[in-house]
Amino acid sequence: MIRRQAIVLLTLVGLCVATYLWLYKIGVLGQLQCGTGSCELVQASRYAELFGLPVALYGAGGYAALFAVGLAGLQPRFVADRRVARLLAALATVGFGFTLYLTGIELFVLHAICRWCVASAAIMTTVWLLSVGELRATPGTAPTR
Amino acid sequence: MKGFYVLLAAVAVVGGGMMWYSAQRKPAAAPSAPVAVVPAADGFRGYTMGAASALLEVTEYSDFECPFCASFATVQMPVIREQLIATGKLRWRYRDFPLPTHRYSRYAALAAQCAGEQGKFWEMHDRLFEQHQWAQTGDNPRALFRDFARAVGVDLDKYDACMDSQRYAGRIEASVQEGEAAGVRGTPSFYVNGRPVARSTSDDFKALVDSLTKKRK
Repeated sequence: MIRRQAIVLLTLVGLCVATYLWLYKIGVLGQLQCGTGSCELVQASRYAELFGLPVALYGAGGYAALFAVGLAGLQPRFVADRRVARLLAALATVGFGFTLYLTGIELFVLHAICRWCVASAAIMTTVWLLSVGELRATPGTAPTR
Repeated sequence: MKGFYVLLAAVAVVGGGMMWYSAQRKPAAAPSAPVAVVPAADGFRGYTMGAASALLEVTEYSDFECPFCASFATVQMPVIREQLIATGKLRWRYRDFPLPTHRYSRYAALAAQCAGEQGKFWEMHDRLFEQHQWAQTGDNPRALFRDFARAVGVDLDKYDACMDSQRYAGRIEASVQEGEAAGVRGTPSFYVNGRPVARSTSDDFKALVDSLTKKRK
């Protein structure tokens, strides 16, 4: 239960981060608050879009899905449901893989780091570890006759 | 459990509030605000690449916001650098010719000059052309150019001081006036040893170098 709560909380923060980056990308926000990073460089690169859509939008969609599944998994009828744990782990694994790809682009192609992307990467990595732990901890549902 | 939902609501309110606050903040002033510019009298004739002893010198009049200039810089120029400039056959001179229809090209030229002050002109030139998406978005590129400057390794305090004072605006204006006097009508335009040439590919320049060097032999 505590893992699912942590997942829900973290994915809500991740949703805020991804939405912030997406709003910047579509021009709603004038300038990113970046401090010491190279957010503008990363966000202006061609890797900030995938199939014509901002990468941040995919991130927001992923976090929203994880948030919704996690929130549903907190309801009493789904607390012991292994399908929720499986779905969380599957979504988080896709998100984690996407995060690895984007971090690799930042480090090895752009040679620039965006602190918001680092924050998102840290959140998604933690969510993935929690979801794997949740999957291992949730007992299998006994087959019904 | 109730406490957990209160915490979730608090996170949502804080996150949403921060985004709302960011959206309300005025964007930075457009860096291309018109300023009265007096052409520089420092005798600066543009950044060059290649051996001073090269028989031929190409002067390129270019605009950082121009898509044709970006295409030339990213597709043709690497071949010219490798096969003609690095081999000592050609020397290249870059002159700014920001077109008035381009909102941020003069600002980009200024950024390149400020990086050039610290010995990083060509690195900044390459960044501005290679990551040319800024020219399509129409967004204020101030922070992006600063990121480029950081990435090419310039001292940002000096860069900021240079940009804020528009230290090399006069140089850019002088370059524009020089181009207009030479008959530049669009970008990129090329002059070989001072004479205009209608060339636009690395093969064109190779053929030109071959023909002119043969004539001299």
